[in-house]
Amino acid sequence: MRREPPRHLADYAPLTFPAAMLVVFFVVPFSTMIAVSFFRRQQGGFYTPDLVLENYGRFLSTFFAGVLGFSLMLAVMVAVICVAIAFPFTYLLTKSSRRVQIVWLVCLLSILSLSEVIIGFAWSTLFSRTAGITNLLVAAGLMAEPEALLPGFGAVLTAMVYQAMPYTILVLYPALVRLDPTLLEAARTLGASPLRGFFDIIVPALRNTIMATLIMVFVFALGSYLLPQILGRPQHWTLSVHITDQAIYQSNMPFAAAMAVFLVLISLALVGLTLLVGSRREAT
Amino acid sequence: MNARLLKFIGFAIVAVFMALPLAVVAGVSVNEKQSLIFPPQGFSLAWYAQIFTDPGWRAALIASIVLAALSAALAVLIALPLSWFLWRRIAPWANVFRLLGVAPFILPPVITALGLLTFWATLGVYGQPWTAVISHAIFFVTLPLVTLSLGFTSIDRSLVEAAATMGADDRTVLRTVVLPLILPYLVSGYAFAFVLSLNEYIVAYMTVGFTVETLPIKIFNALRYGYTPTMASVSIFFVAIAALVFSLIARFGDLPRLLGAMRSDDS
Repeated sequence: MRREPPRHLADYAPLTFPAAMLVVFFVVPFSTMIAVSFFRRQQGGFYTPDLVLENYGRFLSTFFAGVLGFSLMLAVMVAVICVAIAFPFTYLLTKSSRRVQIVWLVCLLSILSLSEVIIGFAWSTLFSRTAGITNLLVAAGLMAEPEALLPGFGAVLTAMVYQAMPYTILVLYPALVRLDPTLLEAARTLGASPLRGFFDIIVPALRNTIMATLIMVFVFALGSYLLPQILGRPQHWTLSVHITDQAIYQSNMPFAAAMAVFLVLISLALVGLTLLVGSRREAT
Repeated sequence: MNARLLKFIGFAIVAVFMALPLAVVAGVSVNEKQSLIFPPQGFSLAWYAQIFTDPGWRAALIASIVLAALSAALAVLIALPLSWFLWRRIAPWANVFRLLGVAPFILPPVITALGLLTFWATLGVYGQPWTAVISHAIFFVTLPLVTLSLGFTSIDRSLVEAAATMGADDRTVLRTVVLPLILPYLVSGYAFAFVLSLNEYIVAYMTVGFTVETLPIKIFNALRYGYTPTMASVSIFFVAIAALVFSLIARFGDLPRLLGAMRSDDS
Protein backbone atom coordinates (compact mmCIF):
# COMPACT_ATOMS: atom_id res chain seq x y z
CA MET A 1 0.00 0.00 0.00
CA ARG A 2 1.80 3.04 -1.23
CA ARG A 3 1.33 6.58 -0.01
CA GLU A 4 -1.26 8.19 -2.17
CA PRO A 5 -3.04 11.52 -2.26
CA PRO A 6 -6.53 11.52 -0.73
CA ARG A 7 -9.12 11.01 -3.48
CA HIS A 8 -12.52 10.77 -1.83
CA LEU A 9 -13.97 12.94 0.84
CA ALA A 10 -13.96 9.90 3.13
CA ASP A 11 -10.17 9.78 2.90
CA TYR A 12 -10.06 12.96 4.94
CA ALA A 13 -12.14 11.44 7.75
CA PRO A 14 -9.20 10.58 10.07
CA LEU A 15 -8.07 14.17 9.90
CA THR A 16 -11.33 15.70 11.14
CA PHE A 17 -10.98 15.07 14.87
CA PRO A 18 -7.32 16.13 15.27
CA ALA A 19 -7.81 19.14 12.99
CA ALA A 20 -10.95 20.25 14.83
CA MET A 21 -9.30 19.88 18.25
CA LEU A 22 -6.17 21.80 17.24
CA VAL A 23 -8.10 24.59 15.55
CA VAL A 24 -10.75 24.99 18.26
CA PHE A 25 -8.44 24.67 21.26
CA PHE A 26 -5.20 26.14 19.96
CA VAL A 27 -5.81 28.45 16.99
CA VAL A 28 -8.98 29.99 18.42
CA PRO A 29 -7.55 30.61 21.94
CA PHE A 30 -4.42 32.04 20.37
CA SER A 31 -6.51 34.40 18.24
CA THR A 32 -8.67 35.29 21.26
CA MET A 33 -5.52 36.29 23.09
CA ILE A 34 -4.39 38.49 20.20
CA ALA A 35 -7.85 40.11 20.07
CA VAL A 36 -7.86 40.74 23.83
CA SER A 37 -4.51 42.52 23.52
CA PHE A 38 -6.38 45.28 21.64
CA PHE A 39 -9.30 45.45 24.09
CA ARG A 40 -9.92 48.19 26.59
CA ARG A 41 -9.48 47.38 30.25
CA GLN A 42 -12.37 47.99 32.65
CA GLN A 43 -12.07 48.36 36.39
CA GLY A 44 -12.49 45.14 38.37
CA GLY A 45 -10.75 42.78 36.00
CA PHE A 46 -13.12 43.05 33.05
CA TYR A 47 -12.43 44.21 29.54
CA THR A 48 -14.57 45.36 26.64
CA PRO A 49 -14.06 44.74 22.92
CA ASP A 50 -12.34 47.70 21.36
CA LEU A 51 -9.38 48.53 19.19
CA VAL A 52 -6.90 50.44 21.29
CA LEU A 53 -3.14 50.42 21.12
CA GLU A 54 -2.52 51.64 24.66
CA ASN A 55 -1.66 48.11 25.87
CA TYR A 56 1.21 48.10 23.42
CA GLY A 57 1.99 51.73 24.22
CA ARG A 58 3.00 50.67 27.73
CA PHE A 59 5.99 48.86 26.22
CA LEU A 60 7.61 52.22 25.64
CA SER A 61 8.19 52.81 29.37
CA THR A 62 11.65 52.52 30.89
CA PHE A 63 10.29 49.95 33.35
CA PHE A 64 9.23 47.65 30.56
CA ALA A 65 12.49 48.19 28.69
CA GLY A 66 14.30 47.15 31.87
CA VAL A 67 12.21 43.97 32.22
CA LEU A 68 12.72 43.06 28.58
CA GLY A 69 16.45 43.75 28.71
CA PHE A 70 16.83 41.66 31.86
CA SER A 71 14.78 38.74 30.44
CA LEU A 72 16.82 38.64 27.24
CA MET A 73 20.13 38.96 29.07
CA LEU A 74 19.22 36.18 31.51
CA ALA A 75 18.10 33.87 28.69
CA VAL A 76 21.31 34.54 26.72
CA MET A 77 23.45 33.74 29.77
CA VAL A 78 21.54 30.51 30.44
CA ALA A 79 21.85 29.45 26.79
CA VAL A 80 25.59 30.15 26.58
CA ILE A 81 26.42 28.43 29.89
CA CYS A 82 24.27 25.38 29.06
CA VAL A 83 25.69 24.86 25.58
CA ALA A 84 29.28 25.43 26.79
CA ILE A 85 28.87 22.63 29.37
CA ALA A 86 26.44 20.38 27.50
CA PHE A 87 28.30 20.21 24.18
CA PRO A 88 31.51 18.54 25.41
CA PHE A 89 29.47 16.50 27.88
CA THR A 90 27.07 15.17 25.23
CA TYR A 91 29.98 14.45 22.92
CA LEU A 92 31.61 12.28 25.60
CA LEU A 93 28.24 10.68 26.34
CA THR A 94 27.79 9.54 22.73
CA LYS A 95 31.24 7.93 22.92
CA SER A 96 30.19 5.88 25.98
CA SER A 97 28.67 2.42 25.97
CA ARG A 98 24.97 2.09 25.17
CA ARG A 99 24.25 1.08 28.75
CA VAL A 100 25.87 4.22 30.18
CA GLN A 101 24.01 6.33 27.64
CA ILE A 102 20.64 4.86 28.61
CA VAL A 103 21.20 5.41 32.33
CA TRP A 104 22.09 9.04 31.68
CA LEU A 105 19.13 9.54 29.33
CA VAL A 106 16.70 8.15 31.92
CA CYS A 107 18.12 10.47 34.62
CA LEU A 108 18.09 13.52 32.33
CA LEU A 109 14.52 12.86 31.19
CA SER A 110 13.40 12.48 34.81
CA ILE A 111 14.89 15.86 35.71
CA LEU A 112 13.60 17.50 32.52
CA SER A 113 10.05 16.40 33.30
CA LEU A 114 10.23 17.76 36.86
CA SER A 115 7.89 20.57 37.71
CA GLU A 116 9.44 24.03 37.86
CA VAL A 117 7.87 24.22 41.31
CA ILE A 118 9.93 21.24 42.46
CA ILE A 119 13.15 22.56 40.92
CA GLY A 120 12.56 25.92 42.58
CA PHE A 121 11.86 24.28 45.91
CA ALA A 122 14.93 22.05 45.64
CA TRP A 123 17.27 24.97 44.95
CA SER A 124 15.68 27.14 47.62
CA THR A 125 16.49 24.31 50.04
CA LEU A 126 20.03 23.96 48.73
CA PHE A 127 20.59 27.72 49.06
CA SER A 128 18.88 28.04 52.46
CA ARG A 129 20.74 28.84 55.66
CA THR A 130 19.58 25.84 57.69
CA ALA A 131 19.79 23.04 55.11
CA GLY A 132 21.93 24.57 52.44
CA ILE A 133 25.26 24.03 50.79
CA THR A 134 26.96 26.55 53.09
CA ASN A 135 26.60 24.03 55.93
CA LEU A 136 28.94 21.74 54.00
CA LEU A 137 31.45 24.55 53.61
CA VAL A 138 31.24 25.28 57.34
CA ALA A 139 31.78 21.59 58.11
CA ALA A 140 34.81 21.64 55.84
CA GLY A 141 36.15 24.66 57.68
CA LEU A 142 35.95 26.98 54.68
CA MET A 143 33.29 29.25 56.18
CA ALA A 144 32.60 30.44 59.71
CA GLU A 145 28.80 30.68 59.60
CA PRO A 146 26.18 29.13 57.30
CA GLU A 147 24.32 31.77 55.29
CA ALA A 148 21.41 32.01 52.88
CA LEU A 149 22.36 32.39 49.21
CA LEU A 150 18.94 33.59 48.14
CA PRO A 151 17.11 35.60 46.99
CA GLY A 152 19.54 36.81 44.38
CA PHE A 153 20.60 36.79 40.77
CA GLY A 154 23.09 33.94 41.28
CA ALA A 155 20.34 31.69 42.65
CA VAL A 156 18.02 32.42 39.71
CA LEU A 157 20.78 31.85 37.15
CA THR A 158 21.98 28.59 38.74
CA ALA A 159 18.49 27.11 38.93
CA MET A 160 17.67 28.12 35.36
CA VAL A 161 20.89 26.53 34.09
CA TYR A 162 19.91 23.42 36.06
CA GLN A 163 16.45 23.41 34.48
CA ALA A 164 17.73 23.97 30.93
CA MET A 165 20.72 21.58 31.10
CA PRO A 166 18.83 18.30 30.44
CA TYR A 167 16.96 20.03 27.61
CA THR A 168 20.22 21.23 26.05
CA ILE A 169 21.81 17.78 26.27
CA LEU A 170 18.76 16.09 24.72
CA VAL A 171 18.65 18.63 21.87
CA LEU A 172 22.35 18.09 21.12
CA TYR A 173 22.23 14.31 21.53
CA PRO A 174 20.80 13.29 18.09
CA ALA A 175 23.21 15.52 16.15
CA LEU A 176 26.23 14.25 18.06
CA VAL A 177 25.20 10.59 17.85
CA ARG A 178 24.90 10.83 14.08
CA LEU A 179 28.25 12.54 13.72
CA ASP A 180 30.49 10.64 11.35
CA PRO A 181 33.13 8.94 13.57
CA THR A 182 35.65 8.80 10.71
CA LEU A 183 36.08 12.59 10.97
CA LEU A 184 37.87 12.36 14.28
CA GLU A 185 39.69 9.18 13.29
CA ALA A 186 41.17 11.00 10.32
CA ALA A 187 42.32 13.82 12.57
CA ARG A 188 43.86 11.33 15.02
CA THR A 189 45.64 9.48 12.22
CA LEU A 190 47.15 12.77 11.12
CA GLY A 191 48.53 13.23 14.63
CA ALA A 192 46.01 15.54 16.35
CA SER A 193 45.42 15.06 20.08
CA PRO A 194 41.83 14.17 21.11
CA LEU A 195 41.34 17.66 22.57
CA ARG A 196 42.66 19.35 19.43
CA GLY A 197 40.52 17.07 17.26
CA PHE A 198 37.48 18.06 19.32
CA PHE A 199 38.04 21.81 18.99
CA ASP A 200 39.42 21.86 15.44
CA ILE A 201 37.19 19.24 13.81
CA ILE A 202 34.03 18.48 15.83
CA VAL A 203 33.13 22.01 16.92
CA PRO A 204 33.49 23.62 13.45
CA ALA A 205 31.68 20.71 11.79
CA LEU A 206 28.68 21.26 14.07
CA ARG A 207 28.62 25.04 14.26
CA ASN A 208 25.10 25.15 12.77
CA THR A 209 23.88 22.67 15.37
CA ILE A 210 25.49 24.74 18.12
CA MET A 211 23.84 27.90 16.82
CA ALA A 212 20.42 26.23 16.56
CA THR A 213 20.77 24.76 20.06
CA LEU A 214 21.71 28.15 21.52
CA ILE A 215 18.52 29.64 20.09
CA MET A 216 16.32 26.74 21.28
CA VAL A 217 17.71 26.93 24.81
CA PHE A 218 17.28 30.71 24.71
CA VAL A 219 13.56 30.34 23.90
CA PHE A 220 13.25 27.62 26.56
CA ALA A 221 14.83 29.92 29.16
CA LEU A 222 12.51 32.79 28.13
CA GLY A 223 9.62 30.55 29.23
CA SER A 224 10.83 30.15 32.80
CA TYR A 225 8.19 31.74 35.03
CA LEU A 226 8.51 30.32 38.55
CA LEU A 227 12.24 30.22 39.29
CA PRO A 228 12.65 34.04 39.20
CA GLN A 229 9.69 34.30 41.59
CA ILE A 230 10.88 31.67 44.04
CA LEU A 231 14.61 32.44 44.01
CA GLY A 232 14.87 36.09 42.96
CA ARG A 233 13.80 39.56 44.02
CA PRO A 234 11.14 41.51 42.08
CA GLN A 235 13.86 43.12 39.95
CA HIS A 236 14.76 39.61 38.75
CA TRP A 237 11.29 38.98 37.36
CA THR A 238 11.24 38.07 33.70
CA LEU A 239 8.66 38.82 31.02
CA SER A 240 6.95 35.46 31.65
CA VAL A 241 6.55 36.28 35.35
CA HIS A 242 5.10 39.71 34.57
CA ILE A 243 2.60 38.19 32.13
CA THR A 244 1.34 35.81 34.84
CA ASP A 245 1.33 38.63 37.38
CA GLN A 246 -0.70 41.00 35.17
CA ALA A 247 -3.18 38.28 34.17
CA ILE A 248 -3.86 36.78 37.59
CA TYR A 249 -2.97 39.30 40.30
CA GLN A 250 -3.37 42.69 38.58
CA SER A 251 -6.40 41.45 36.59
CA ASN A 252 -5.18 43.33 33.55
CA MET A 253 -5.82 40.80 30.79
CA PRO A 254 -5.35 43.16 27.84
CA PHE A 255 -1.87 44.20 28.98
CA ALA A 256 -0.92 40.59 29.80
CA ALA A 257 -2.12 39.55 26.34
CA ALA A 258 -0.13 42.34 24.67
CA MET A 259 3.03 41.22 26.47
CA ALA A 260 2.32 37.60 25.47
CA VAL A 261 1.89 38.58 21.82
CA PHE A 262 5.22 40.39 22.03
CA LEU A 263 6.85 37.28 23.55
CA VAL A 264 5.38 35.15 20.73
CA LEU A 265 6.88 37.47 18.13
CA ILE A 266 10.34 37.26 19.73
CA SER A 267 10.12 33.46 20.03
CA LEU A 268 8.75 32.97 16.51
CA ALA A 269 11.46 35.16 15.01
CA LEU A 270 14.09 33.09 16.80
CA VAL A 271 12.50 29.72 15.97
CA GLY A 272 12.32 30.87 12.34
CA LEU A 273 16.02 31.66 12.53
CA THR A 274 16.66 28.14 13.89
CA LEU A 275 14.81 26.56 10.98
CA LEU A 276 16.81 28.71 8.60
CA VAL A 277 20.08 27.69 10.23
CA GLY A 278 18.96 24.05 10.34
CA SER A 279 17.94 23.94 6.69
CA ARG A 280 21.45 24.76 5.58
CA ARG A 281 23.36 21.53 5.13
CA GLU A 282 25.67 20.62 7.97
CA ALA A 283 29.28 20.72 6.81
CA THR A 284 29.91 17.08 7.69
CA MET B 1 46.06 14.69 31.37
CA ASN B 2 44.79 11.22 30.73
CA ALA B 3 41.71 11.39 28.47
CA ARG B 4 39.78 8.76 30.43
CA LEU B 5 40.36 10.60 33.68
CA LEU B 6 39.26 13.87 32.10
CA LYS B 7 36.07 12.23 30.87
CA PHE B 8 35.39 10.74 34.28
CA ILE B 9 35.86 14.10 36.01
CA GLY B 10 33.56 15.81 33.49
CA PHE B 11 30.84 13.22 34.01
CA ALA B 12 31.24 13.42 37.78
CA ILE B 13 30.85 17.22 37.85
CA VAL B 14 27.67 17.13 35.75
CA ALA B 15 26.31 14.22 37.81
CA VAL B 16 26.91 16.05 41.10
CA PHE B 17 25.34 19.25 39.76
CA MET B 18 22.25 17.40 38.53
CA ALA B 19 21.90 15.25 41.67
CA LEU B 20 22.79 17.72 44.42
CA PRO B 21 19.45 19.57 44.78
CA LEU B 22 17.53 16.31 44.73
CA ALA B 23 19.89 14.73 47.26
CA VAL B 24 19.32 17.60 49.68
CA VAL B 25 15.54 17.40 49.22
CA ALA B 26 15.69 13.63 49.80
CA GLY B 27 17.70 14.37 52.95
CA VAL B 28 15.27 16.87 54.44
CA SER B 29 12.31 14.65 53.53
CA VAL B 30 13.35 12.09 56.15
CA ASN B 31 13.85 14.57 59.01
CA GLU B 32 12.12 13.38 62.12
CA LYS B 33 10.93 16.85 63.17
CA GLN B 34 9.08 19.33 61.02
CA SER B 35 12.09 21.48 60.27
CA LEU B 36 14.20 22.30 57.26
CA ILE B 37 17.55 20.88 58.39
CA PHE B 38 20.30 19.13 56.46
CA PRO B 39 21.95 16.75 57.20
CA PRO B 40 18.70 15.18 58.48
CA GLN B 41 18.23 14.64 62.20
CA GLY B 42 16.75 11.25 62.94
CA PHE B 43 15.03 9.17 60.29
CA SER B 44 11.35 9.00 59.56
CA LEU B 45 9.19 8.12 56.59
CA ALA B 46 6.18 9.84 58.17
CA TRP B 47 6.23 12.63 55.56
CA TYR B 48 5.89 10.09 52.78
CA ALA B 49 2.90 8.53 54.54
CA GLN B 50 1.41 12.01 54.80
CA ILE B 51 1.06 12.26 51.00
CA PHE B 52 -1.55 9.51 51.24
CA THR B 53 -3.07 10.12 54.68
CA ASP B 54 -3.42 13.90 54.74
CA PRO B 55 -6.73 14.72 52.97
CA GLY B 56 -5.34 17.84 51.25
CA TRP B 57 -2.27 16.17 49.77
CA ARG B 58 -4.20 13.03 48.84
CA ALA B 59 -6.86 15.06 47.02
CA ALA B 60 -4.13 16.94 45.12
CA LEU B 61 -2.41 13.66 44.21
CA ILE B 62 -5.66 12.16 42.92
CA ALA B 63 -6.51 15.34 40.98
CA SER B 64 -3.07 15.30 39.33
CA ILE B 65 -3.22 11.62 38.41
CA VAL B 66 -6.74 11.86 36.97
CA LEU B 67 -5.80 14.96 34.99
CA ALA B 68 -2.60 13.36 33.66
CA ALA B 69 -4.30 10.06 32.73
CA LEU B 70 -7.20 11.73 30.89
CA SER B 71 -5.21 14.47 29.13
CA ALA B 72 -2.50 12.04 27.95
CA ALA B 73 -5.24 9.77 26.56
CA LEU B 74 -6.85 12.68 24.73
CA ALA B 75 -3.45 13.78 23.40
CA VAL B 76 -2.89 10.28 21.95
CA LEU B 77 -6.39 10.30 20.44
CA ILE B 78 -5.52 13.54 18.64
CA ALA B 79 -2.03 12.46 17.60
CA LEU B 80 -2.81 8.94 16.34
CA PRO B 81 -5.20 9.73 13.45
CA LEU B 82 -3.15 12.79 12.51
CA SER B 83 0.16 10.95 12.30
CA TRP B 84 -1.53 8.02 10.53
CA PHE B 85 -2.99 10.37 7.93
CA LEU B 86 0.37 12.08 7.38
CA TRP B 87 2.01 8.67 6.89
CA ARG B 88 -0.70 7.17 4.67
CA ARG B 89 -1.52 10.11 2.42
CA ILE B 90 0.47 12.51 0.29
CA ALA B 91 -0.97 15.81 1.46
CA PRO B 92 1.73 18.40 2.12
CA TRP B 93 -0.77 21.00 3.33
CA ALA B 94 -1.78 18.65 6.18
CA ASN B 95 1.64 19.30 7.70
CA VAL B 96 0.11 22.56 8.95
CA PHE B 97 -1.58 20.46 11.62
CA ARG B 98 1.68 18.83 12.60
CA LEU B 99 3.10 22.34 13.04
CA LEU B 100 0.06 23.34 15.13
CA GLY B 101 0.59 20.28 17.31
CA VAL B 102 4.24 21.11 17.93
CA ALA B 103 3.79 24.88 18.41
CA PRO B 104 2.52 24.87 22.04
CA PHE B 105 5.60 22.91 23.07
CA ILE B 106 8.12 25.21 21.36
CA LEU B 107 6.60 28.53 22.45
CA PRO B 108 7.04 29.71 26.05
CA PRO B 109 4.34 27.87 28.08
CA VAL B 110 2.89 31.05 29.53
CA ILE B 111 1.59 31.93 26.05
CA THR B 112 -0.47 28.75 25.66
CA ALA B 113 -1.65 29.18 29.23
CA LEU B 114 -2.79 32.75 28.69
CA GLY B 115 -4.45 31.91 25.37
CA LEU B 116 -6.45 29.14 26.99
CA LEU B 117 -7.31 31.36 29.97
CA THR B 118 -8.82 34.05 27.71
CA PHE B 119 -10.56 31.37 25.64
CA TRP B 120 -12.24 29.58 28.58
CA ALA B 121 -13.12 32.92 30.19
CA THR B 122 -14.74 34.12 26.96
CA LEU B 123 -16.79 30.90 26.76
CA GLY B 124 -17.83 31.35 30.38
CA VAL B 125 -16.56 27.97 31.54
CA TYR B 126 -13.42 29.27 33.28
CA GLY B 127 -12.47 27.04 36.21
CA GLN B 128 -14.39 23.91 35.13
CA PRO B 129 -12.14 20.89 35.84
CA TRP B 130 -12.64 19.39 32.35
CA THR B 131 -11.13 22.47 30.73
CA ALA B 132 -7.79 21.50 32.26
CA VAL B 133 -7.98 18.08 30.56
CA ILE B 134 -8.42 19.64 27.11
CA SER B 135 -5.81 22.32 27.87
CA HIS B 136 -3.18 19.76 28.89
CA ALA B 137 -4.03 17.50 25.94
CA ILE B 138 -3.38 20.37 23.51
CA PHE B 139 -0.29 21.49 25.41
CA PHE B 140 1.28 18.01 25.36
CA VAL B 141 -0.02 16.62 22.04
CA THR B 142 3.51 17.22 20.70
CA LEU B 143 4.89 14.22 22.59
CA PRO B 144 2.67 11.43 21.18
CA LEU B 145 2.78 13.23 17.82
CA VAL B 146 6.58 13.03 17.71
CA THR B 147 6.85 9.45 19.00
CA LEU B 148 4.05 8.21 16.70
CA SER B 149 5.52 9.94 13.63
CA LEU B 150 8.79 8.22 14.45
CA GLY B 151 6.91 4.94 14.84
CA PHE B 152 5.27 5.26 11.44
CA THR B 153 8.53 6.05 9.66
CA SER B 154 10.00 2.88 11.19
CA ILE B 155 7.34 0.66 9.58
CA ASP B 156 8.67 -1.35 6.68
CA ARG B 157 6.32 -0.43 3.84
CA SER B 158 6.77 -3.81 2.15
CA LEU B 159 4.94 -5.42 5.10
CA VAL B 160 1.99 -3.15 4.52
CA GLU B 161 2.12 -3.73 0.78
CA ALA B 162 2.18 -7.48 1.29
CA ALA B 163 -0.96 -7.24 3.39
CA ALA B 164 -2.65 -5.06 0.77
CA THR B 165 -1.68 -7.44 -2.04
CA MET B 166 -3.33 -10.27 -0.16
CA GLY B 167 -6.52 -8.26 -0.19
CA ALA B 168 -6.55 -6.49 3.17
CA ASP B 169 -8.31 -3.15 3.16
CA ASP B 170 -7.12 -0.05 5.01
CA ARG B 171 -8.97 -0.93 8.19
CA THR B 172 -7.62 -4.48 8.32
CA VAL B 173 -4.08 -3.34 7.60
CA LEU B 174 -4.36 -0.76 10.34
CA ARG B 175 -5.62 -3.26 12.90
CA THR B 176 -3.44 -6.27 12.07
CA VAL B 177 -0.17 -4.73 10.86
CA VAL B 178 0.18 -1.05 11.67
CA LEU B 179 -1.19 -0.84 15.21
CA PRO B 180 0.89 -3.72 16.61
CA LEU B 181 4.02 -2.20 15.06
CA ILE B 182 3.50 1.27 16.47
CA LEU B 183 2.20 0.15 19.87
CA PRO B 184 5.54 0.76 21.66
CA TYR B 185 5.63 4.30 20.26
CA LEU B 186 2.03 4.87 21.28
CA VAL B 187 2.75 3.72 24.83
CA SER B 188 5.87 5.89 25.12
CA GLY B 189 4.00 8.90 23.73
CA TYR B 190 1.30 8.36 26.36
CA ALA B 191 3.89 7.94 29.11
CA PHE B 192 5.79 11.10 28.15
CA ALA B 193 2.58 13.14 28.10
CA PHE B 194 1.43 11.57 31.39
CA VAL B 195 4.61 12.38 33.31
CA LEU B 196 4.82 15.94 31.97
CA SER B 197 1.15 16.62 32.70
CA LEU B 198 1.67 15.35 36.25
CA ASN B 199 4.38 17.99 36.73
CA GLU B 200 2.82 20.85 34.79
CA TYR B 201 2.09 24.05 36.69
CA ILE B 202 1.35 27.15 34.63
CA VAL B 203 -1.38 25.86 32.27
CA ALA B 204 -3.19 24.08 35.11
CA TYR B 205 -2.83 27.14 37.33
CA MET B 206 -4.17 29.58 34.73
CA THR B 207 -7.12 27.40 33.72
CA VAL B 208 -8.30 25.76 36.95
CA GLY B 209 -5.97 27.24 39.58
CA PHE B 210 -8.79 28.58 41.71
CA THR B 211 -11.01 25.49 41.63
CA VAL B 212 -8.75 22.43 41.46
CA GLU B 213 -5.50 21.94 43.34
CA THR B 214 -3.07 19.71 41.44
CA LEU B 215 0.12 18.66 43.21
CA PRO B 216 2.42 21.27 41.62
CA ILE B 217 -0.14 23.98 42.46
CA LYS B 218 -0.40 22.66 46.02
CA ILE B 219 3.39 22.62 46.43
CA PHE B 220 3.65 26.20 45.19
CA ASN B 221 0.81 27.41 47.43
CA ALA B 222 2.42 25.66 50.40
CA LEU B 223 5.80 27.17 49.50
CA ARG B 224 4.38 30.68 49.85
CA TYR B 225 3.36 30.06 53.45
CA GLY B 226 6.65 28.52 54.45
CA TYR B 227 8.12 25.08 54.57
CA THR B 228 6.40 21.77 55.26
CA PRO B 229 8.35 18.49 54.96
CA THR B 230 5.58 16.95 52.84
CA MET B 231 6.74 19.23 50.01
CA ALA B 232 10.08 17.44 50.11
CA SER B 233 8.58 13.95 50.21
CA VAL B 234 6.16 14.73 47.36
CA SER B 235 9.04 16.07 45.25
CA ILE B 236 11.05 12.89 45.74
CA PHE B 237 7.92 10.82 45.06
CA PHE B 238 7.53 12.63 41.70
CA VAL B 239 11.20 12.13 40.80
CA ALA B 240 10.70 8.43 41.54
CA ILE B 241 7.60 8.21 39.31
CA ALA B 242 9.40 9.92 36.42
CA ALA B 243 12.49 7.72 36.83
CA LEU B 244 10.30 4.60 36.95
CA VAL B 245 8.32 5.52 33.82
CA PHE B 246 11.40 6.41 31.77
CA SER B 247 13.24 3.29 32.97
CA LEU B 248 10.31 1.18 31.78
CA ILE B 249 10.40 2.93 28.40
CA ALA B 250 14.14 2.27 28.23
CA ARG B 251 13.64 -1.36 29.28
CA PHE B 252 10.87 -2.18 26.80
CA GLY B 253 11.55 0.34 24.06
CA ASP B 254 14.49 1.89 22.31
CA LEU B 255 15.14 5.10 24.24
CA PRO B 256 18.11 6.39 22.19
CA ARG B 257 16.04 5.92 19.04
CA LEU B 258 13.02 7.69 20.55
CA LEU B 259 15.28 10.63 21.33
CA GLY B 260 16.33 10.86 17.73
CA ALA B 261 19.53 8.84 17.76
CA MET B 262 19.09 6.90 14.55
CA ARG B 263 21.27 6.87 11.51
CA SER B 264 20.14 9.46 9.02
CA ASP B 265 19.85 6.83 6.28
CA ASP B 266 16.99 4.95 7.93
CA SER B 267 14.87 7.95 8.77
